[in-house]
Amino acid sequence: MKAYVSVFRLRLTNGMQYRTAALAGVATQFFWGFIIIMVFEAFYSGAATELPISLKQLITYVWLQQAFLAFVMLWFRDNELFQLITTGNIAYELCRPSGIYGLWFAKLLAQRLASALLRCFPILLVALFLPEPYRMPLPIDPAAFLLFLFALLFGLLMIVSLSMLMYISVFVTLSPAGSLLMFGVIGEFLAGMVIPVPLMPEWLQRIVYVLPFRWTADFPFRVYSGHITKEEALIGIGIQLVWLLVLVAVGKMAMAKALRNVVVNGG
Amino acid sequence: MIKVQGLSKAYQVAKRSSGVKQAMKALFKREYKIVEALNDISFTIEPGEIVGYIGPNGAGKSTTIKVMSGILVPDHGTCTVMGYTPWKDRVNYVKHIGVVFGQRSQLWWDVPVMDSFDLLRDIYKVPEDEYRSTLALLTETLELEEILQMPVRQLSLGQRMRCEIAASLLHSPSVLFLDEPTIGLDAVSKIAVRRFIRRINEEKGVTIILTTHDMNDIEALANRIILIGKGKLLYDGSLSAIRNRFGTGKTITVVYSHHNERLQVEGAIVESWSPERAVLSVDTSQVVISEVLIRLSEQVELLDVTIDTLPIEDMIVQLYKEHQI
Amino acid sequence: MRLYGKYIAMLFKSQMQYRASFWLLTLGQFLVPFSVFAGLYFLFERFGQIRGWEFQEVALCFSIIHMSYALSECFARGFDSFSALVGNGDFDRVLVRPRSTVLQVLGSKFEFTRVGKLAQSLIVLGWAISQLVMDWSVLKVLVLLFMIASGVCIFTGIFILAATMCFWTVQGLEIANIFTDGGREMAQYPLNIYQKWVVRFFTFIIPFGCVNYLPLLYLLGKSTGNDLPYMLAPLAGIAFLVPCLLMWNHGVRHYRSTGS
Repeated sequence: MKAYVSVFRLRLTNGMQYRTAALAGVATQFFWGFIIIMVFEAFYSGAATELPISLKQLITYVWLQQAFLAFVMLWFRDNELFQLITTGNIAYELCRPSGIYGLWFAKLLAQRLASALLRCFPILLVALFLPEPYRMPLPIDPAAFLLFLFALLFGLLMIVSLSMLMYISVFVTLSPAGSLLMFGVIGEFLAGMVIPVPLMPEWLQRIVYVLPFRWTADFPFRVYSGHITKEEALIGIGIQLVWLLVLVAVGKMAMAKALRNVVVNGG
Repeated sequence: MIKVQGLSKAYQVAKRSSGVKQAMKALFKREYKIVEALNDISFTIEPGEIVGYIGPNGAGKSTTIKVMSGILVPDHGTCTVMGYTPWKDRVNYVKHIGVVFGQRSQLWWDVPVMDSFDLLRDIYKVPEDEYRSTLALLTETLELEEILQMPVRQLSLGQRMRCEIAASLLHSPSVLFLDEPTIGLDAVSKIAVRRFIRRINEEKGVTIILTTHDMNDIEALANRIILIGKGKLLYDGSLSAIRNRFGTGKTITVVYSHHNERLQVEGAIVESWSPERAVLSVDTSQVVISEVLIRLSEQVELLDVTIDTLPIEDMIVQLYKEHQI
Repeated sequence: MRLYGKYIAMLFKSQMQYRASFWLLTLGQFLVPFSVFAGLYFLFERFGQIRGWEFQEVALCFSIIHMSYALSECFARGFDSFSALVGNGDFDRVLVRPRSTVLQVLGSKFEFTRVGKLAQSLIVLGWAISQLVMDWSVLKVLVLLFMIASGVCIFTGIFILAATMCFWTVQGLEIANIFTDGGREMAQYPLNIYQKWVVRFFTFIIPFGCVNYLPLLYLLGKSTGNDLPYMLAPLAGIAFLVPCLLMWNHGVRHYRSTGS
């Protein structure tokens, strides 16, 4: 366990060094946030029918998405891991006494945390004080906020276990870029990153609800805005936990299998 | 051919300090340290010369090469190469020079060498018939025949370096800058590269400026060396002059039939001794070698004699020491 | 120009060495804007229109900007990935060759996998045109091509500006994404749906609005008064390239005097 913690800490401090990059990232995400909100504003201004989510809730959705981009983006590439796998340097990792799954999990988790910690506070802080209509409202009550934090945390763990599956798949294909790009694009769409899940057509929502992706982004954001009630949120967190267990179990199994192949092939 | 006069160049290097507070400060005001890469360098190189440009790491060798090849603009001083000022009129000037950076490649990694050559022909606008004859000559002297159709990534380092040099000669430049052309090569490839450099110098009269850390390169190629250290010109002259200065010390190793007494030779110092073999050092400015040998043969029955000069490496180290660099 | 063609041929050969990865990436590149377009489709399915613009009209707008983006990502990739060229010192090599730096940097890299993106936007363009009731003329086709070319100029200009920054620092280059990715994202909708300050910025500073919004009004017959200014608006994109190239030359001068 101690090994995982120190890998985690090393990665975290390493990631925190990229301050200038983070600053540029914050500016970029602000711009994106504004553009997306303006587009929705334009759409809403002409809407005749009753809509499944209010503009205010949508704005919250957008700002949270921008602030926690590093938590919810499936496509968060770690070249070091890719190189480990494709060059055969994985042999080094195999020599270490700790399990690879745990080590990599800690690595990826720390990387996302470092990136998000640097970026979320400035974005949230400014978003809370923006002039209307762009301002992000405060959470409706402390309980909802607490639930949001839990949902976000489990969502983060879920996305790391999902991306672990992506890395493991590289063992099989040995060509990371193409297949992962596709996986990332489809996964992010189903997580509600392109358009929010409530605005998707019914049939698509039904598909989205049975897949794991939406639990990483769409769910915590809607808990914050109160679009998902507290009772539903509690059940949702339970479902997140079940998904997490399943994903980790599948990942560990796939990893063990992939590693066996590596050993058989002689690296 | 090349005339360099009072060349100076200083860099500003940002001082980097650790700590959040320092980093915040650096956002607004950076502190700089001035590094004098070149300080009043002057020399002249005649057509057809091979000049070894040497100095320890960070002495300013690369900076000089970059100025002479038109990449960098100096702070002060003038430099004319074939009537051009390299950093002015860059495009017209660089048609007449070839540059090899030993640590980097100018060939396209994934395609056959020949394709890279063809593209270079277009970049340099070499007329077709001229290109063909140059290529034939290069292929023959560098023994490229078999590797021209291979992608660069499959070549060994030695093969690649031969192609690199050929690539920088396709447009028949009058001046060739070689920045560490033998770095990382094995002994056989080194010798091949040296032989080739010698040959194009002799046959095509190409003026060559060569930087290297391998003194064997210098010994095999350069009649003249320019030594710089900490941005200053320290020595400019022939290799034999250095040899005369530091090469007066000789080592004589003698093997003789069994002799139980320690040797005593006037004018020589006995460095080591055994009943069969002795090593003596002699300063030839004090005593003539034949004299020492005569005295030796009076004492023992000589079976074998070897006379060595101080290796050129050691002479350069002496020179560095003398200038405290 | 002939040399530029040679560069393309050479790099195409290189990329074809890795065929499987090439096709996978191309397919991936096809899917990226496809998912965005799917999002657009779903939004219109729900809302019907945006400030009076129909889905087909926005699709036309979308395809033009995405096409320009794909083309400039393919052909100006050398500037887009310039930090690597400066970082490993290969820019010195560019300087000892008797051709312009711009041409050589352009020729240093092509990203042919962007054909995937290009194909996607071509399909959307074809679909949008088939759906829209417009009376086409030679002039309108020319204006359409002009719009795409102008978009390529703007994106390339931004890539060049970002590359110029590399001469001073390689940190914080991500900021350029605001104007490339962000500009593309913004310009896939007609400009008039945005707030005034956005409209002004993207008309007068970085003229994305002149690439598709203004000439689009002409194409769709929505323009008022004289058509000529609407038709000639894409000129702004080409004009945008000029200061970018000047900045680039300034950057090269800086590099040559500091060697950093």
